[in-house]
Amino acid sequence: MFDDISQKLDKALKKVTGQGRISENNVSDTLREIRRVLLDADVNYKVAKQLIDDVKQKAMGKEVLASVTPGQLLTKIFHDELTELMGGKNQEIKLNPSGVTVILLVGLQGSGKTTFSAKLAKYLTTKNRKVVLAAADIYRPAAIEQLKQLGERINIPVFSISGSKDAVEISSQAVKYAKENDANTVIIDTAGRLHIDEKLMDEVTAIKAKVQPSETLFVVDSMTGQDAVNSAKAFHDRVDFDGIVLTKLDGDSRGGCALSIKAVVNKPVKFISLGEKLDSIEKFYPERLASRILGKGDIVSFVEKAQENIDQLEAEDLEKKLLSNQFDFEDFLKQIKMLKKMGSMQSILGMIPGMNKSIKNADIDDKQILKVESIIQSMTKLERKNPKVLNGSRRKRIAVGSGNSIQDVNRLLKQFKEMQKMMKMFSSKGGKKMLSKFGNMSFN
Amino acid sequence: MNFFKNINFEKLTDGLKKTKERLFTGINETLTGKAKLDDTTLDELEEILISCDIGVDTSIEIIDRVRQNLRSNTDRGKETVIDTLKSTLEEILTLRQTSEDNLNKIENYKPFVILIVGVNGAGKTTTIGKLANNFKKSGLKVLIGSGDTFRAAANEQLDIWAKRAGVEVISKHSGSDPSSVAYETLLQAKKENADVVLIDTAGRLHTKNNLMEELKKIRKVLAKVLEYAPNETYLVIDGNTGQNAIIQTKEFAKYTDITGLIITKLDGTAKGGIIFQITKELDIPVKYVGVGEGIDDLQNFDPKNFINALFNK
Repeated sequence: MFDDISQKLDKALKKVTGQGRISENNVSDTLREIRRVLLDADVNYKVAKQLIDDVKQKAMGKEVLASVTPGQLLTKIFHDELTELMGGKNQEIKLNPSGVTVILLVGLQGSGKTTFSAKLAKYLTTKNRKVVLAAADIYRPAAIEQLKQLGERINIPVFSISGSKDAVEISSQAVKYAKENDANTVIIDTAGRLHIDEKLMDEVTAIKAKVQPSETLFVVDSMTGQDAVNSAKAFHDRVDFDGIVLTKLDGDSRGGCALSIKAVVNKPVKFISLGEKLDSIEKFYPERLASRILGKGDIVSFVEKAQENIDQLEAEDLEKKLLSNQFDFEDFLKQIKMLKKMGSMQSILGMIPGMNKSIKNADIDDKQILKVESIIQSMTKLERKNPKVLNGSRRKRIAVGSGNSIQDVNRLLKQFKEMQKMMKMFSSKGGKKMLSKFGNMSFN
Repeated sequence: MNFFKNINFEKLTDGLKKTKERLFTGINETLTGKAKLDDTTLDELEEILISCDIGVDTSIEIIDRVRQNLRSNTDRGKETVIDTLKSTLEEILTLRQTSEDNLNKIENYKPFVILIVGVNGAGKTTTIGKLANNFKKSGLKVLIGSGDTFRAAANEQLDIWAKRAGVEVISKHSGSDPSSVAYETLLQAKKENADVVLIDTAGRLHTKNNLMEELKKIRKVLAKVLEYAPNETYLVIDGNTGQNAIIQTKEFAKYTDITGLIITKLDGTAKGGIIFQITKELDIPVKYVGVGEGIDDLQNFDPKNFINALFNK
């Protein structure tokens, strides 16, 4: 179902594209589809409704007259609206230049506070901060032990009071400990708690009042559903947090809850956390999440990666060859090398809008690509330029030389032929149009 | 990027038309159908369902069923509609529930082996503590295998729960192969004549292929010691989870045969409505729900109670 989202949206947008102007009718269709995309991404239904109303108003406004096509305009307004709602620009966390900066982490059980506190500690260390971790989760079995082990791994001291049942005391002692030991940053890992648990909410409020953190961060699992607004609001009412940390984004959730939380409490997402490795922490880019929620893939990251690693001239050259059907194995090899520079196939494809479904079906394997590479590398220059010469004995030599079976070699040749055939189709009139569409993959 | 130009884009955009058409015809039919629900009621119904994480598709389907169930009813007031909605929801959940009592099943195997899987932070270890406690209280001898060898202090956490429940844990040092923990736990269980074995596993996101493959291996190793093991594989899902829970379940089911769900953290305000879509699409019953942090806070799943909770605002 989720694989379909971007395609669904594409289709709805296509309906609008190419029509003279936005009418009440065709916009409402598209907007209804967008609403559905948002709900499927776990955006709260009230937030979705509000957003749709806003976009509709703008789409119906004057701007329509100045637009290129109504579809493009609608898309742009929507994407902008989402990006703006998510905070407009990246927000840094506040770190005091002098004295001790206290950062308090709060959230529901299992949202990922302990892991994130270690990640944040490691991150801040690279920013030349001297960090102390405070183990204030006195409830969950072995939570303190977990933080201690993580601290050991990243070489950061963990403050705890053995046997203490007083999280407020632990937190304030940790700040004192930091001062005495020339540290300038304390990250307090608190127990996960339900927002309706009055006693525990009192506790976290007391911690905050005692240590006066310069940043209180609400840590939330990106897979959270509709209820995110309730828990976030309750936490916000009690501890007035400064920002959101979105965890487990290395999964395939669309993270719509971040949009809901932002809309309800108006606090920015400050970090995203994506993996179990302690350096998998990233700053937050609203437009990327906007794309993700819309199921458009992380096109910004993709383009950045591509720009970093792909030689524009070489790419254009390849495209020309593809279109004129002169593409040979030499070019194929070049292309594989370019792609390899960008990372694993799965990660690259995952970033491209509309591509998720095809990956799952195709199950592209990096090993497969290595295999293809090794086969081509075992070909002579002549064979690469002119695959027609590849007779049985040449194929056998290539198979042995590259450590593959003859079947593997034959398969590649067959695929290559099919690809050439497809290229021929593409270089016809309709094909070119499709290609250029592919080239303009960005959302605007 | 030229590489991707080879892919047939048209093909990629197929497949959603149907869902969309179904959605809109569904609504229209509801509006014009025999049981004329007015717009407000319809919106309210949809709001209720969606705000419980039931999802758009399933909500529409449910509303459609409500409409059909209302056909023979002359009273179409809001109360009746809500009551019909409740019974419709109950129908969906009861579909997959079996009357079979776990305790009876357990008698037929010695040891009865339960594997616990799920994404990070879902509440697997806590659930194991509670399960162990439940079984122990029923007079069964329980052994736990500490298969989360990855997360820092996972062993320690499980030890504490096991102590609370008064059962034994087999564990190895952090970083060792979880399959070998599973293997040794089963050997020990046979030796000690244990009734129930609970195997904990590390939290894993369903998108991580290598970790999902690891689950397969654990299963294989279990079956090596006891051909029938595991008897049950429970997927633990955080009740706060939104639509991603469906993909989660499908992906886990691809790698290991999921025989039941445990929905945790339902003591908050999250409703856990994702189970409707899961039980509708996949033949997997909900076995237990977690309703608190206490060791006794794991309940057998009861569709009626669950649905009543959905409507408590």
